[in-house]
Amino acid sequence: MNSALLVNIFRFIMLLAIQIVIFNNMNFLGYISPFPYILYIILYPVNSNRAGLIFSSFLLGLTMDMFCNSGGIHATACVILAYYRPYIFKFSFGLSYEYQTIKLNDSLTPERFSFILVSVVLHHIVLFVLEAFQFKFIWDILLRTLFSSIFTIITSIIIIYLIKPNKR
Amino acid sequence: MQQIFNFIIRNSNRLLFLLLLGISLALTIQSHSYHRSKVISSANFLSGGVYEKINRVNEYLNLRTENDELVLENARLKSLLFNKEDTTKLPLPDTIKGVKPADIIVSKVIHNSYNSHENFITLNSGANEGVKPDMGVINSLGIIGIIDDTSPRYSTVVSILNMKSRINAKLKKSNHFGSLTWDGVSTGFVQLRDVPRLASVRKGDTIVTGGQSVIFPEGINIGTVETVYTETKTSFYVIKVKLFNDMTNLGHVYIIKSRDREELINLENKKKNE
Repeated sequence: MNSALLVNIFRFIMLLAIQIVIFNNMNFLGYISPFPYILYIILYPVNSNRAGLIFSSFLLGLTMDMFCNSGGIHATACVILAYYRPYIFKFSFGLSYEYQTIKLNDSLTPERFSFILVSVVLHHIVLFVLEAFQFKFIWDILLRTLFSSIFTIITSIIIIYLIKPNKR
Repeated sequence: MQQIFNFIIRNSNRLLFLLLLGISLALTIQSHSYHRSKVISSANFLSGGVYEKINRVNEYLNLRTENDELVLENARLKSLLFNKEDTTKLPLPDTIKGVKPADIIVSKVIHNSYNSHENFITLNSGANEGVKPDMGVINSLGIIGIIDDTSPRYSTVVSILNMKSRINAKLKKSNHFGSLTWDGVSTGFVQLRDVPRLASVRKGDTIVTGGQSVIFPEGINIGTVETVYTETKTSFYVIKVKLFNDMTNLGHVYIIKSRDREELINLENKKKNE
């Protein structure tokens, strides 16, 4: 048992708890609620076991679905985000990202921001498409994705800054 | 054989992804296509327990408004007690429309969602108290939904703010029926569809539950008529109904056990089989 694993388990439980207790009860304008629990997927160590990430994301989404009574929409969105995370890394940090030491929970640079942005938008669009499940709600889906993404990004960045270990 | 193993090892991540994606998509599609038998619902030991804990804290924080409501209710009950002729005005919660008090289970909302297209409510009484799927849920203002799933101690409710929910309802002053659905837009309004154009509808008319369903007794309040328009495809009236209930703020609710339900279902099945 190494410390990285323990940190990840701790993060998994804490983010789910915060999401369920606080953020699920936030309803700006009746339908906008942020989902910062996906920070678990975003902050997962870069060169760590990929199968572990995919499987734990599935469990993360499934737990959310259990609490939201939503079938499997969170699980689907989380698994898709976890699988495509390396491609988003490539998109945001350039091709040789594996040789750099990327630390996401550090001060905000354009690369880090674009990574969080793409991840959040991908997750939310899958989530809301599956939630509505009908094409007649396409504008509703886009609107919800837009506003929820904004709120998720803001809360995510605040959380990253709050849990940042060392301040310079 | 060697090649198959190599293929599996090389693509293990992709295969894991496809497997989990398949499972979660199956769960999603299943939850969208059937009314019941949801595999993953919040009526279980873990989430029910967590929601109950959260609700306890919220209740403590809302003591002031709860007290105000209780004071108002006390005043109302006292006025009922002292001026007995007023009893026709507001129905007492424990004798709802001819339903005997023994047929009502008092329960509490421990989780309420209203921000998606398919909303569910979690209650803190379950099969141990005698709650079964397909029972109606109301409160003193009007209807709330229908029991979806139960566990020993908790149960989930398909809220009327759920696009899959269909409840038989009628105009209070005439007997024109329609089915009550939700279009997924506003939490304060639902739609009464398939009302015949013969019906005379005015703004402010009261909509109540109809007697055609075995879930709710006839005549429980739902809301008032806000606007009426004709659907071009079917040329039936669609009535926009303003709910009496504030669905975003629910506390104690009553679950109705319908005694005639089994008898009616048996009778109708017999008819179908013949």
